[in-house]
Amino acid sequence: MFHAQRPKEAAFYRPLNPLNSTAIQTRSALNPEAAVAAITLCSLNKRFGSHVILRDVSLSVPSGTIFGIIGRSGAGKTTLIRIASLLEKADSGELFYGGEAVSGARGQALLDARRKAGFVFQNFNLFASRTVFGNVAFPLEAAGWAKPRIEERVGELLELVGLADKTGRPANRLSGGERQRVAIARALANHPKILFCDEATSALDPETTRSILDLIQSLSRRFGLTVLMVTHQMEVVRRICDDVAILSAGSIVESGSVASVFANPRSEMGRRIVGEVSHG
Amino acid sequence: MAEVIALVARPFWETLLMVFSSTAIAGLIGGSLGLGLHYMANDRLSGHAAQLAIVKKVADRLINTLRSFPFIILMVLVLPLSRLIVGTSLGTVAAIVPLSVAASPFVARIVEASLSEIDPGVLDAAISSGASKRRILFAILIPEALPSLVSGLTLTMITLVGYSAMAGVIGGGGLGDLAIRYGYQRFRTDIMISAVLVIIALVEGIQLCGNAITRGIRARR
Repeated sequence: MFHAQRPKEAAFYRPLNPLNSTAIQTRSALNPEAAVAAITLCSLNKRFGSHVILRDVSLSVPSGTIFGIIGRSGAGKTTLIRIASLLEKADSGELFYGGEAVSGARGQALLDARRKAGFVFQNFNLFASRTVFGNVAFPLEAAGWAKPRIEERVGELLELVGLADKTGRPANRLSGGERQRVAIARALANHPKILFCDEATSALDPETTRSILDLIQSLSRRFGLTVLMVTHQMEVVRRICDDVAILSAGSIVESGSVASVFANPRSEMGRRIVGEVSHG
Repeated sequence: MAEVIALVARPFWETLLMVFSSTAIAGLIGGSLGLGLHYMANDRLSGHAAQLAIVKKVADRLINTLRSFPFIILMVLVLPLSRLIVGTSLGTVAAIVPLSVAASPFVARIVEASLSEIDPGVLDAAISSGASKRRILFAILIPEALPSLVSGLTLTMITLVGYSAMAGVIGGGGLGDLAIRYGYQRFRTDIMISAVLVIIALVEGIQLCGNAITRGIRARR
């Protein structure tokens, strides 16, 4: 590997119930807080009409790690991350953020739960009507922060993503990479512990992709941020993910540490996806 | 010339009064209706579009029905309402009532269409920020749709200039009334042409202002 990998033991991914504390966490030796996974999905099911999108998906993401979900188009990746991020509701199953059940949240509780996680989109989805500052400030305004605190926090965030000089620019007048940095700053505004990335680098060129991935990785390390990302790009997983799950036709067919899945894919889809990378 | 100006001046103000006040009223009523329509149809926003589908359908039918009336008929139908609201069914102020009633469903459709043009991804971003629906509506959706809303409002005003010409029937006055009664029926072709020219200038002016505002907003994005 051309970059530093974090120490890792064998990862365990089986349907977990976070209330059942016998679940062993990968990074628990390094981080005592990781005893409860940052994100837990329990038996999620989702269908549109008669079409099954997700079938009994369970997943547990250890705190502070970067977890990749990889799969072909139509495998259900986007639906999965939209459900995990509370943008959509599953038909059945449960969702936990750090041991706290959030899948049933409504009203103010739902808004509070959403503030515990940030979301970065493939197409940035910045607010065209707002400046760079206004975009990053929005989640803080929504959370009722006072103006001086918002200004201070936005300055801090833009510094963090390297855009301190672009504060007043209209958001969509920036390059793709810069726009994604604004989106990352916006996603992290409320000090979330979790960051969801839906194909966050798919619209970017290879060099920009690398710089965005490195940024996400450094933010994750610095703030102990748990990142769940879906992607169809194997390079993305290889570059920054600690663990990976392979989603095929709405089911997780394989999961484990990136090193083990890449070295020895056990599922048919895993072999195909890994094979595509090594052969061209 | 001085006579023409003297004759045109009053109807000109009457037309302006009718057009601007009914645009303002229709903007409020139709704007709220349009927001409501969009909210009901948008599952990401309301979270229960399926349950609201019936309400939406009824509202759709009502708006379509209201939009189907020829304005001249609507004006007569609304007479009791004008009497109720402004105390009289005659005159410029009374004419504002049917004009607002006619323009509201029109504005509702324009607002609905403008809002539905917004990229759903932008809405997702606002939702995932943990913002309340009200905040998303007023701090994100309306500002995002602003250029399109301004164009729509410009269109509404110009349509109302046309409708206001018919307000003479209920004594609303205005430039259209001047052109018909003073110009056409009294064989004062000069007055008729002058009135029409002023209407053309007014429409052109409204369109230019609308375009300038839209361009101004787009330039800052």
